[in-house]
Amino acid sequence: MPAFEETCSSRPAQCRLYPFRADPPTTTMQRIKGLTTGSLPTFVDMGSNFASRAISDDNLIHQFGQVGKRVVFMGDDTWESLFPKKFYRSLPFPSFNVHDLHTVDDGILQNLYTTMVGDEWDVLVAHFLGVDHCGHRFGPDHPAMADKLIQMDGVIRSVINHIENDTLLVVMGDHGMTETGDHGGESQKETDATLFLYSAIPLFPGPPSQDEPDVVPQINLVPTLALLLGVPIPYSSVGQVLLPLFPEFGPAQGAVAGLSQLEALWINTKQVSRFLVTYSALAKDIPSESLAVLQHQYENLSSEYLTFTREGRSPPRELSLALQAYLTSVQDVCRATWARFNPLKMAAGLIILALACLMCFTVSEMSSVLVRENNFRLRATVVVALLVGVCVAAGQLLSWGYVELAWCMAATAFTSELFFLCQALQSKTSTGVKNEAKAPKSASWRTPRYLLSPPLVVTLLRFASMLSNSYVITEGQVVTFLLRSLALYIPLRLNWDGLLLPANQDPSKPASLLPSPASPPSTVRKESSTLVAFFALLVGSLYLSLFFHGCREEQHACQPSPFLSSLARVKDNQLKNIFYVLSVSSLAVWTYLLRKCLQHYGNLNSSGGTVFTARWILPLLSVCLGLHWAVSASPENSFRNLSELIKLAQIFIPRAAYCLLGLGLALIWLDPLTVFVKTRPASGTLKNLSVPPPRYRASTGISPQAELHHLIPQIYQRMRRSLDDGETSGASEVDNRPAVEAYGLGTVYSAPLLLFCGLLGLGLLHLHPEGMALSFLLLLFEMGALLHIHASSTTLCDLRGVYSGGFNVPWTPVVLWSLAATQFFHATGHLPTFSSIQWEAAFVGFPGGHTGTFLPASLVTLNTFASHILFAVGCPLLLFWPLVCEVRGSRAGKASGEGGEDAVMEMRLREKPQLFSSALLQLSARYLFILGLQVFASVCAAAILRRHLMVWCVFAPKFMFEASGFLVSCVSLLLGVSLVLRVDVAVGHWFKRLVPDVSR
Amino acid sequence: MWDHEIRAMASTHAIIAASMLMATVVPAALVPGFSVYGTHLLWIYSVSGAVAAVSVAIFWLLGISPPTRKHTLGYKLSRLFRSCLYFFLSCMFFHIVVVLYGAPLIDSALETFSLAVLLSSLTTLRCLCVLGPNVQAWIRVFSRHGAMSVWDTCLQITVALTVLGAWMGAFPIPLDWNRPWQVWPISCSLGAVFGYLSGLVVAPTWIHYHRKQLTYKCK
Ligand SMILES: [Zn+2]
Ligand SMILES: [Zn+2]
Repeated sequence: MPAFEETCSSRPAQCRLYPFRADPPTTTMQRIKGLTTGSLPTFVDMGSNFASRAISDDNLIHQFGQVGKRVVFMGDDTWESLFPKKFYRSLPFPSFNVHDLHTVDDGILQNLYTTMVGDEWDVLVAHFLGVDHCGHRFGPDHPAMADKLIQMDGVIRSVINHIENDTLLVVMGDHGMTETGDHGGESQKETDATLFLYSAIPLFPGPPSQDEPDVVPQINLVPTLALLLGVPIPYSSVGQVLLPLFPEFGPAQGAVAGLSQLEALWINTKQVSRFLVTYSALAKDIPSESLAVLQHQYENLSSEYLTFTREGRSPPRELSLALQAYLTSVQDVCRATWARFNPLKMAAGLIILALACLMCFTVSEMSSVLVRENNFRLRATVVVALLVGVCVAAGQLLSWGYVELAWCMAATAFTSELFFLCQALQSKTSTGVKNEAKAPKSASWRTPRYLLSPPLVVTLLRFASMLSNSYVITEGQVVTFLLRSLALYIPLRLNWDGLLLPANQDPSKPASLLPSPASPPSTVRKESSTLVAFFALLVGSLYLSLFFHGCREEQHACQPSPFLSSLARVKDNQLKNIFYVLSVSSLAVWTYLLRKCLQHYGNLNSSGGTVFTARWILPLLSVCLGLHWAVSASPENSFRNLSELIKLAQIFIPRAAYCLLGLGLALIWLDPLTVFVKTRPASGTLKNLSVPPPRYRASTGISPQAELHHLIPQIYQRMRRSLDDGETSGASEVDNRPAVEAYGLGTVYSAPLLLFCGLLGLGLLHLHPEGMALSFLLLLFEMGALLHIHASSTTLCDLRGVYSGGFNVPWTPVVLWSLAATQFFHATGHLPTFSSIQWEAAFVGFPGGHTGTFLPASLVTLNTFASHILFAVGCPLLLFWPLVCEVRGSRAGKASGEGGEDAVMEMRLREKPQLFSSALLQLSARYLFILGLQVFASVCAAAILRRHLMVWCVFAPKFMFEASGFLVSCVSLLLGVSLVLRVDVAVGHWFKRLVPDVSR
Repeated sequence: MWDHEIRAMASTHAIIAASMLMATVVPAALVPGFSVYGTHLLWIYSVSGAVAAVSVAIFWLLGISPPTRKHTLGYKLSRLFRSCLYFFLSCMFFHIVVVLYGAPLIDSALETFSLAVLLSSLTTLRCLCVLGPNVQAWIRVFSRHGAMSVWDTCLQITVALTVLGAWMGAFPIPLDWNRPWQVWPISCSLGAVFGYLSGLVVAPTWIHYHRKQLTYKCK
């Protein structure tokens, strides 16, 4: 900004230039608050950047209004929402649309000079946004930024030329920006801006002298402006007046108000100490010793000052220095202890959270008991808890006269958890007494040996890692490391148990645990090599995913991934093309793999909603994405004649994608069955399970329903056999229904879920920068690899009959799954810091900005927690995948194990609905437990380390991200589980429809 | 016979541990400027060399390794050649594994490879000495019922502890304490060496206290 330097060097008595330091967080709303109230920010306000509420504290604008000053405002509309109806005249312009570099600035410029020349104002606030938006959009080193800065320079020059003698021009930046042009955190690049003061007449004695401040804290502007304009300093301000603006001795000549430096300091000191006394009486979080020191200091100063003024002597320079020192130390004390903590509430919250985690753990270990025993008095628990909550509310109402909702809810939650745990304990002991045979097996989970198994150790390591700022900062790598280690544990463990290699391979090996390992070595070998291959895939994709990480400010040597910036920012055309081709091809691979997988299991043959989605909506959606990327990446100047078209396309293609996504998800939800049944004999192309045909046993003998076999060979063969069984037992068909249901339809549960995940993944990818397509593809690989590793290890256990029965998913895959969710949170370029939130996501499909705040907020949430959502929705796949993969070769094992049954894949689940529901409950409880433990860890970290140096830049944001991620994951997990239940209901109906047909 | 073998094992381990100590102390006296942190790579190679030489010598003298079927010179030579090849391959394998676990790919390839050499000489070399160049047997040994002699059990324990030590050595690297031993790969190699040393101590002790439960099918 040459205007600053030129002015200051040519007219040193009229102008000052200072570095201007903001208090973090450096979001615009927080800064406006700081610049008007003079108070230090509390961190929690941060989240409300978009739903900015009106400022209720005492502030400058309010004080101006009180004394009848006319405040005219123009620019960023955040001001208007913070100070509704406080301005004499207000010209707000929309601020949220980052892509729009000019609307706000042009709007201001149209009105600025006319307003300035007119006489209708006392204070004029003009908040330009172009530079800020340009930083967000292009970064600080883009030609567009140079243009913007040149424009601002011109504006400042012309304002300097227009300014009248009684006016002080204050030019400042509310915050700086990082290398990427963002802000919000507390690195020096973000907090430091410039303060430029200019007056048309000489204001300062000369060029800047030695004792002027090096750096001006942002809050110091508040008392300065207040005293200069002759209004009271806002009540909660802890700022310190900028002395150079006041004349050193006696009433000044001319423009500025008649306070001398010492008087201004004295007023400032009195105001700050009054605030300090009231505040410390209320909040009690300032350490008492430092408070006493400050109080003593203040008393000394005030008596000294009063004696001087009473005697009319000119006070010494030391007094002014002492007053300044006092103000500075108040500021320091306040900064150190600003955030208010309520230890009681914190402890209560921690206890409730810990109990909730314990409850999840108990539920996961007792799921079968819970499902079996219907008399488990859940309803009683809820009622008792609600009663307690109401009682607490009533007690509060009686004793205090008002209700604090937090305590009531805490009491309710606490009681319900306690009640539940008591009941769990009771039922545990009662069942233990009832059947001793089952007791040792079910009670084993409380032994230390169980609790020290590697998956839980890894969970505990992760817990511990949350308590260290270094580990939180390098969380991406830490999680990846843990993930690899735990994944490696699976084959090692299998090998340790002697399950990885075929048993009869080695003659010297002792006779195995089983009487006869029925599995042929070739099957074991194949399964083991699958396991190892997918392990290699997992490790490879983990390694590659490290290239998509973003960088925190604390990581100095780190370079953010080049894929993180959107294509529009890439300047080199060839590079842009390569990136684009890479992204589009990974998109194509994603779509192809999903379709291939569904086709492989024969889910693409019917005509239902899900199949329609898989066939048409999925490819269409990816085409939409590719087109949208092409449009948004095309340079703005290259197709001038097509610019209108491109603008239209930028709006409509993403919206079409949203519609397709919604339609697809709705179709899956409404008609989740991918089973193909045809009851007419005409068609001979029935393939629902025959592509590729699972080797079903050929029909033996002719049955009463012989003609049905010819109609629908695959399913009905199965049904006939079961009907035969039914007839021998003499039951009617309706009673037989469960038996009939047990056959066919291999992947009826997993196919819709998989498709749901795939579609959702494309939708979430849409909200990311284009380069993230590669990362999402890796995510798909990793998901698949984890599922296959889990499936293979289950099969390998099965083959030797180690399988414990039931569909329970062991801890290891669940922990892996949750670690992968966190890992891809990082691998999609996210970080648990506020400055790394990808705000661009809010403008996908809405380049013109939004009117409300709900839609952009939810888009940004979806973008931020994309991997949490995908992994939580896909969580039930862990339950299905071993069954899906069963067909590949474990049939021999099954044959020996379960009495000659063929592969029926997921229909097994319908055979034992109770086991199914208990396994589903256990799986979700385990997943929730792990997530809950992470939240608990981050809460512990934030609570224990609340006085830590890093709390506001590491632990507090981590806690907020973890908590919101947990909420999002919970909702998604519920979505996934309810989709499974929906499929279950649909399958039930389908069978109901089918059975009468068969019997007819 | 049990006591005899355990005593042999304990004395073997004592010799190996002493050689590792010597490998640290002697160069410090001879080479100017030698220190574990400062000239870490030198230390790594000195320790690996010492362990390798002493292990090979002792196991050859004790005659632990599986009896060879042929005694021709050519067969022995091919065995030796295969052992060397396997050792080199295992260095490559460890290098790749360590890189996959998050070590820098290009920046400090030499350091990473040195760590791989150390790990190989602590683990693979012992496998080679006890089991011979037979990967099948190596995989087989690391299963619950895979050990066929006291030496196999000892091998299980030392290898597991070495790898565990190296794994745990990675933990302090991200911490911001700025200690000299947090530099890659010092903490990992120290972890591996300490794991190996504790393995040397633990293995005979453990076998001694569990000798009643230990039954080997064929020996
Ligand atoms: Zn701003
Ligand atoms: Zn901004």
